[in-house]
Amino acid sequence: MPDHGGHAQRLYRPGDTPVHRLPAHCKLIAVFSFVLIAVATPREAVWAFGLYAALLAGVAALARLPAGFVLRRMLIEVPFVAFALLLPFIAEGEQVRVLGLSLSESGLWGAWNILAKGTLGVAASVLLAATTELRAVLLGLQRLRLPPLLVQIASFMLRYADVISDELRRMRIARESRGFRARGPAQWGVLAKTAGALFIRAYERGERVHLAMLSRGYAGTMPVIDHLTASRAQWAGAVALPAAALAVCVLGWSL
Amino acid sequence: MHVPDGFLNAPVSVATGVVAASAVAVSLRGARRELNERTAPLAGLVAAFVFAVQMLNFPVAAGTSGHLLGGTLAAVLVGPCTGVLCMAVVLLMQGLLFADGGLTALGTNVTLMGVVTVVVGYGLFRVLLGVLPGGRRAVSVATFVSALVSVPVAAIGFTGLYALGGTEDVSLGRVFTAMVGVHLLIGIGEAVITTVTVGAVLAVRPDLVRGASAAVRRPLEIRGGAVPGPRPEPAEPAAPAAAPAGPAPARSLRPVWLSGLAVAVVLAAFVSFYASAEPDGLNRVANDEGISAAERESDVADSPLADYGVRDVDNERLSTGLAGAAGVAVTLGLGSAVFFAVRRRRPTDGPTRAVQAGHEGAAASAGGHA
Repeated sequence: MPDHGGHAQRLYRPGDTPVHRLPAHCKLIAVFSFVLIAVATPREAVWAFGLYAALLAGVAALARLPAGFVLRRMLIEVPFVAFALLLPFIAEGEQVRVLGLSLSESGLWGAWNILAKGTLGVAASVLLAATTELRAVLLGLQRLRLPPLLVQIASFMLRYADVISDELRRMRIARESRGFRARGPAQWGVLAKTAGALFIRAYERGERVHLAMLSRGYAGTMPVIDHLTASRAQWAGAVALPAAALAVCVLGWSL
Repeated sequence: MHVPDGFLNAPVSVATGVVAASAVAVSLRGARRELNERTAPLAGLVAAFVFAVQMLNFPVAAGTSGHLLGGTLAAVLVGPCTGVLCMAVVLLMQGLLFADGGLTALGTNVTLMGVVTVVVGYGLFRVLLGVLPGGRRAVSVATFVSALVSVPVAAIGFTGLYALGGTEDVSLGRVFTAMVGVHLLIGIGEAVITTVTVGAVLAVRPDLVRGASAAVRRPLEIRGGAVPGPRPEPAEPAAPAAAPAGPAPARSLRPVWLSGLAVAVVLAAFVSFYASAEPDGLNRVANDEGISAAERESDVADSPLADYGVRDVDNERLSTGLAGAAGVAVTLGLGSAVFFAVRRRRPTDGPTRAVQAGHEGAAASAGGHA
């Protein structure tokens, strides 16, 4: 995919491992069921979340993803980590004393619950995006019967996200080269006009793209060139992760 | 405001997933009407715009900055259905590829940030546009108020979902205060930025602001020919005298009205099953703080709908559902009565408004080509 510059390259990490080779729709199903199972696990089964993390670490190792890369991508969860750390102080219920601080016991459990489940969800999404090309994700979604129009919108969004972001970047350079610096709400007017100009450019580009597509024979649907198929072995490989997680989850409920 | 995995319990996640899926299904049909066959490229580019504009940072003070959520902006610019689709696609891609927002919370995120902000923002925008005198200032005021309101309403929606299926033991009052307080501030920023952005688009390409097309579009003027009559009101039920002269047919509000009614009835009749299982936050706060000792039985305690249940219906859930539906009906009746009472007074100032709109439209296009 030579035309995927910018942030797209930072998401996808090319490789030729068993995880990279799995068809996208198998991986989507696997990630989604894994997260579902992790969320359904009782929070008191602390060890279960350790096992889930180990499973994901195993997948990352199999995909030859460096730990630093995965951890850096997981920084996106910082806002809700902050919220989770606040929970023990604002939650109610029985108070316990930890290091001289009076903390809510249920708040501590709540914080743990959000941290563990949220982190696992973020890690699973990061692994999916790092081992699957954007185009493959879209094909996988189409294979999973997401409405074709929605898939088309998503594919146009992904294809042009870089173009539109680049326009935004060029406008920023133009502003700054004229001495503009955004310091506070006084400069919102200029920034909002930037957004307005960006909308007009995006919309007009959409019209041009549509005309270009019409002139090439577009009749409302995109031709599907490569059909995704998965062999039984590939399905088995993909299902291994959620199956292992399911076993852990069942154990967590029964113990 | 992206909700992570594990924040809300499974039934609420599934229910919001169903709501989000049906909203997207309705929008898929509606978007074809809004954009004709150009839907895919245009909606895709607008989604890319929403995605990019969320990266545009607005400095607030001392190193902190915020960014646009974009629900109301998208709805006003490209219409509600396309707006919902764009927000849903952006949120789906953020969840799948950027790990922003949990996958199991995708339905919740789409419902709150896509559907609620768009529906509330656009609905309020249209209502205000119908009530206010026309022109660009009315568009600005309507945009400002609807963006301002849509964000805290989404926060209230979040609090409601939290009350139904929150996994944490934080009192509802605190969640409500914190969420609504913070999002009122965010809403002010969102409102200012959305208004200026819409104003900037309106100055250059007024035809691209879909929500305001009826308010600022200049009637077609044939120089030296017949002078076109006053435009019909957008919300007017096509009065026979005004209809032939209007350049655009009056858009019927019936679909909006019917879908709103359907959502309200569904929420009242079915979601209340879950809501009523435990005393709500306010009742609980009252119990905890001992307020309920001083509580007096309400004067209408004997009414057929007392305590949100229909008398003589044994099944508790069914009874609550019926009471909810009846409540919606009564509220709707009152609301409609007020609405019609207000609207009856308007038609007298039609011609002056049309002239004003024409002048402003001319000024706008002149400015755009300068």
